[in-house]
Amino acid sequence: MNFNTDKRFIHFVKHRKKFFMLSLVMTLVGVILLSTLGLNLGIDFESGSRVDILADDTLTEEEVYEQFAEAGGYEPDDVTLAGDNNNMASATFIGTLSREEIAEVQTHFDELYGQEPSVSTVSPQVGQELAKNAFISVLIASLGIIIYVSIRFQFWYGLAAIVSLAHDAFFILVVFSILQFEVNIPFIAAVLTIVGYSINDTIVTFDRIRENIKYTDRLKTFDDLSYVVDLSLNQTLTRSINTVLTVVFAAAALFILGGEAIRSFSLALLIGLIAGTYSSLFLAAQLWVVWKWKQMERDRKKPKKEEPDELEPEV
Amino acid sequence: MVKKSRIFIFFLIVILLGALITPTVMNVAQGIKLGLDLQGGFEILYEVEAADDEEEITEETMQATVSALNQRVNVLGVSEPNITIEGENRIRVQLAGVEDQQTARELLATEADLSFRDVDDNERLSGEDLEENGASVGFDQSNQPVVTVTLKDANEFGEVTENIINEYSQPNNRLVIWLDYEEGDSFTEEVQKEDPKFLSAPMVSSPLYHKNIQIEGNFELQEAEFLAEVLNSGSLPVELTEVYSNAVGASLGEDAMQKTIFAGFIGIGLIFLYMLIYYRFMGFVACISLSAYIYIVLVIFNWMEGVLTLPGIAALVLGVGMAVDANIITYERVKEEIRSGKTIMSAFKAGSRRSLSTILDANITTLLAAGVLFYYGTSSVQGFAVMLIVSILTSFLTSVYGSRLLLGLWVKSRIFNKKPQVFGVKESEISEL
Repeated sequence: MNFNTDKRFIHFVKHRKKFFMLSLVMTLVGVILLSTLGLNLGIDFESGSRVDILADDTLTEEEVYEQFAEAGGYEPDDVTLAGDNNNMASATFIGTLSREEIAEVQTHFDELYGQEPSVSTVSPQVGQELAKNAFISVLIASLGIIIYVSIRFQFWYGLAAIVSLAHDAFFILVVFSILQFEVNIPFIAAVLTIVGYSINDTIVTFDRIRENIKYTDRLKTFDDLSYVVDLSLNQTLTRSINTVLTVVFAAAALFILGGEAIRSFSLALLIGLIAGTYSSLFLAAQLWVVWKWKQMERDRKKPKKEEPDELEPEV
Repeated sequence: MVKKSRIFIFFLIVILLGALITPTVMNVAQGIKLGLDLQGGFEILYEVEAADDEEEITEETMQATVSALNQRVNVLGVSEPNITIEGENRIRVQLAGVEDQQTARELLATEADLSFRDVDDNERLSGEDLEENGASVGFDQSNQPVVTVTLKDANEFGEVTENIINEYSQPNNRLVIWLDYEEGDSFTEEVQKEDPKFLSAPMVSSPLYHKNIQIEGNFELQEAEFLAEVLNSGSLPVELTEVYSNAVGASLGEDAMQKTIFAGFIGIGLIFLYMLIYYRFMGFVACISLSAYIYIVLVIFNWMEGVLTLPGIAALVLGVGMAVDANIITYERVKEEIRSGKTIMSAFKAGSRRSLSTILDANITTLLAAGVLFYYGTSSVQGFAVMLIVSILTSFLTSVYGSRLLLGLWVKSRIFNKKPQVFGVKESEISEL
């Protein structure tokens, strides 16, 4: 496996419009999905209570409903089964259970299955605060990254990197909307990890572009510029693939073997890794070429500077 | 000419590392505090409200509440409670490994506001009339545990009992003892319930002019001990409302931990295997530096007294991925330099140097994201962020300097001169200079 020989040279930039279209369509579909299907918010973000039950034998949904009724007339709003042979169940309630109610439920299931169930409750305002904090964290992190990259590289690199990381984070949300997997606090941690990973991945290719530009004497045409980008992407291709593979090993192992508690977390990681690799190979550098070229043309035509607002990317 | 001394140093380092890690790794791993999602326990976020409407919650009342809660937790015998103030009026209590969660919950939330009332719920004596540190556990004639409290003034109790006898006739001549009486609680309603909210309602047949009062509440010994301790540690100056709670059953936590650790081992094993197959000898060096990385992260985390949660384990495994990335970036660079026709020695030097700025930029951006997470995140997200920050810093140390040192020893021994295949480069790929 050697991606660096000339006959294997992949023209990443040539097909950029197809990639832009693909990402644009994905974004539109995503917006539609999110506004119709929405996300399956866990109780971390929506007020309510969740009771996780562990039994020795296989459970059925009816059985769980029955046992809740027996425990003191509780009616869970939803019951889902999990575990290797359905020996776990999570029941969610829209309202918050009081301390006495939690005690009652815990005692009942403890006596029934010999295992004390886990109970978590969130009141509405706390859930909303968590969601808000998470969103603000992402914004601040993005801002920090854009500033850092602008200083170390150039503004256009920073902007392209942020667009591609927003793409990755959004993609995770869309897939979670399709699969209706639960969105909880560890999920937010996963999205933020992907933000970090995606930027890491993009920076590695940008770093190579920056280096190759230094060694190129002639950068007159769009083809010159795109050749440098293609070269850089091809040079870093093996690294990109090997790195994503190793992290995928870890994330996939966590997803398949890691148990219920971090399933949503590791799935978000897996999806994000795939999206992150796609965006750093097919999106970030291509966006940069287009923007950089516009800027070069503008600099050549007239010395006076335009407002950056007029620089619409040709997506 | 091969310098064998360098190869000797390499093996010495590997053996020393092995000798350091193997006997201590289990101790280090077991010394790490586990979060409640891993060992069971519970976490409650309380919102603090003033007991009186007129009072305001100040920083001092918050501190006083935290220390009162700490005292109560000590009663429970929880080894490492974690009680922190969040924001202006919230307190987060995390108790890992609590066996009796329900008692703990009750014990924490009680205002420890003891009051003595008549059957019409009029207050006759309040907690303020009690002697400080005057509560103790005793036994009545039938050897049933009772809680004895001491009043400041024996005459006062005598008057109260006398009044009750004068005002009420049998069976209403009772002195009802309440814990945390709330507006709207009523004796006539509660007395009909199987498990009434008041502690006890002894009948008063003659005026009692003494300071010690026995409370018979059908206590179990442990309950009586808790109540006495709570009364001694003083009432809470505030009212606590649970706004978030998360209780994890011990076996559920254990299940999650075992699965996650198993998954982590498999994941790391796959990474090692892949590195060995793809990068051959360099992959072997990577595995050594990765093992050192995992060990160092655990030691640092232990030393920082960090609390390991599920997301934390995930961050550790993810950190392995990042550490691998640093190795991969360097090795790819070295391979490229070999292909371009450089000698092994100069390819190694150029590859290491050039990859450094890439790794640096990539790590700093991730560090930035982790820092924001730590600053804005709440408990479990913070645990994740701490682990990620420790991981990134350590991976920088082991994957950049550790790997380079180890690989450098071999390269400088010149044993690999003119042997590019050791680095996974075919002779045919090397372009002539």
